[in-house]
Amino acid sequence: MKVGIVAASRTAYGELPRWRPHELTYLAVEEALAKIGLPFRDGYQDIVTCSSDHWEGMTLTDIRHGEVAGGHLGPGEEKVCDDGANAVLLGCVKILSGQADTVLVTACCKETEVLDPSVIENFAFDVPFQQLLGLDFTQAAALQAVQYMDRTGLLPEDLARAVIEARRKGKDNADVFCREEVSEEEVRDSPMLAHPITTLQRRPFCDGAVALVLASEDKALSLSPQPVWVTGLGSCCEAHNLGDRDLSSPEALRAAAARAYGMAGIRDPAAEIDLAEISDHYAHQFYLWCEGLGLCEDGSAARRLQAGNFDRQGPLPVNPSGGLLCGVPRYVAGANAVMEAFEQLRGEAASRSVGKPPRIAVAHGTSGPAGQHHCVIVLERGF
Amino acid sequence: MAIRPAIVGVGQTYHRSKRPDVNIGELCTEAVRAALEDAKLPPEKIGAFVVGNMELFEGRYMQDMWQADFVGAVGKPLIRVTTGGTTGGTLASVAFEHVASGMFDLVMAVGFEKQSEGDTRAGLKTVADPLWNRWQTTGAIGYFARVATFYIKETGAPEDAGSRVRLRLARHAARNPHAHLRMDLESVDQVMKFPYLIPPLRQSDMCPASEGACAIIVASEETARKLPRKPVWVDDWTSVHKEMVYVRGGRHSTADLEMAADRLFRRNGIREPMKDISVAEIYAPATWAELEWLEAYGFCEKGDAWKLEEKGQFHFDGPFPVNPSGGVVCTNPIGATGLIRVAECALQLRGDAGEHQITRKPTRGFSTAWGGSGWTVAHLLSADGL
Repeated sequence: MKVGIVAASRTAYGELPRWRPHELTYLAVEEALAKIGLPFRDGYQDIVTCSSDHWEGMTLTDIRHGEVAGGHLGPGEEKVCDDGANAVLLGCVKILSGQADTVLVTACCKETEVLDPSVIENFAFDVPFQQLLGLDFTQAAALQAVQYMDRTGLLPEDLARAVIEARRKGKDNADVFCREEVSEEEVRDSPMLAHPITTLQRRPFCDGAVALVLASEDKALSLSPQPVWVTGLGSCCEAHNLGDRDLSSPEALRAAAARAYGMAGIRDPAAEIDLAEISDHYAHQFYLWCEGLGLCEDGSAARRLQAGNFDRQGPLPVNPSGGLLCGVPRYVAGANAVMEAFEQLRGEAASRSVGKPPRIAVAHGTSGPAGQHHCVIVLERGF
Repeated sequence: MAIRPAIVGVGQTYHRSKRPDVNIGELCTEAVRAALEDAKLPPEKIGAFVVGNMELFEGRYMQDMWQADFVGAVGKPLIRVTTGGTTGGTLASVAFEHVASGMFDLVMAVGFEKQSEGDTRAGLKTVADPLWNRWQTTGAIGYFARVATFYIKETGAPEDAGSRVRLRLARHAARNPHAHLRMDLESVDQVMKFPYLIPPLRQSDMCPASEGACAIIVASEETARKLPRKPVWVDDWTSVHKEMVYVRGGRHSTADLEMAADRLFRRNGIREPMKDISVAEIYAPATWAELEWLEAYGFCEKGDAWKLEEKGQFHFDGPFPVNPSGGVVCTNPIGATGLIRVAECALQLRGDAGEHQITRKPTRGFSTAWGGSGWTVAHLLSADGL
């Protein structure tokens, strides 16, 4: 049996003080259901939500996200507390298990309500050792960037190029937060967060939500003439202690990708995959994740970006949406990557469309410090 | 269902109000180790992990990242699912789904709570919508005092009905080495001496704040048959949410409990629940809720549960054993509580519950978890060879 994606919708991402978090979820849900005429609540048997109690300052945020997704006295609801790609993965698992034939998946985060995100991130580190160091995710990523640069000879201008290229693509994406192009000087001279990461090399924090409708093979075909199949799912977790990991070598990502590719029957990802949407929370991670996903040789991603290989018109477009460096909220990120891939495969990506119509796409999400956990989803055009 | 899941191993820690001897990770390791020993499996055999707890109670962010090292999930698929009080039940459901999907052969679910490291009441206070409901700051006690008040008013139950439930649960807990409160309670009069929290709800009617962890190992049918333990088959599971839309001041609703049980019983051809099911491990955080909810699940008619309690029907050696483990009123490590219901049910169906083993022939088990704004997760398990 296969799982199909039949509809997806997102809010525009940005500073959205007019909306409460679950109202953002509702906007995405309402639009996704309307696209295929699926009735609210009765049209699906299960809901997977993705949100964070810490970012909303509320216990059980799925009380409100579940409610606006139609969870009252009808379909069941489960909340995934990692990146949104995991919520899509659980949605697929539910369908494959036979417990549901249609599942609504939502992800939401309102990052701009939090005064000091570092405090929340610091609480993700283990109590006895790393938390006491005062680490946050940017500092963990900075350690990773330094190690990666040291190992591969990546230069500060390469980091800047990842941002410049992301923003150049993001200019055509009406839904991302930051759509202005930036120069190498601007990236280099933006305030330093943790060496070598400057402000523009970090994903801008913003608000938004995304909703997707997943369905079993038969149901998907009856709901949409243009389903996109989920053919591969893989996730993997690495050790927590940063000192126990080689931060410049994403083992968990490689393992997650191997699992997803194995399930999808992909032997040579660089040759077979037509498009990738990856979760580059920091500039250096664009390169690191490209290599971890097997989209290019280890240590070659920077060269390939410079050569235009990852352009929309290039042989293997990566992040034609602009990616996270243009501003997509955390938690939403991985689910948004799935939605971007879905739209590209259906030819609905408008000005973000890649040159050659893609058949196979890969979407990626990550959570935890310096990419401790990864989730990889392979999608295939079903028409 | 694509592949039939089975529970092949369970493990839990002992429970106390404080476990200063271990940190969160170490607490989880105790349960994981116990489950692996029970299943006689080496840790490397586990293909995926499902973990969870109350997200805000210990204040930990992305708890699964730190937990990964301690549950053995490094290099493996891991997913964190948190649904409040129902978390433990949800962990089991998601583990069942992982196996039923055909993607994994052996999956471990781990739930825990270490309430002394955070502030449960502060966490619970933020459960209400900040715009509309945050003024309700009573937490769980106010809700269950209302359950008790309505139960007495509507069924004519005497004021000692809750204490009778506690007496039964205390007797059960005394036989369960894993239970938190193993009090030596001998008579209803003795229980009735506990002070009121909010009348008619007494201290003895309410669950404690416990620290502990629980883990279960779920296998596909093919693998389960090759493992040493008698498999406990997972027949079905469901979850029903009642969201925060109930009328203020009006009677609380039990619609989630009714709908979940009805859905499971109908899907699995259970017409006479008390006859067809031989043991119930239900998540009732207060004694009065246990009475009201046994009726809501459809085990007996409205207003009959307290009478059956008086007749001793729900004792572990009675005709319809309810919470032979001592239940939630004696042990409540929130993120693990729902999973303990599943684990205890599995032990009963295997015949491995020791001193609190039911005397009735174990055939089918019913376990639930409850939480949120009125959410029920329910599972139906059956013994091998049924």
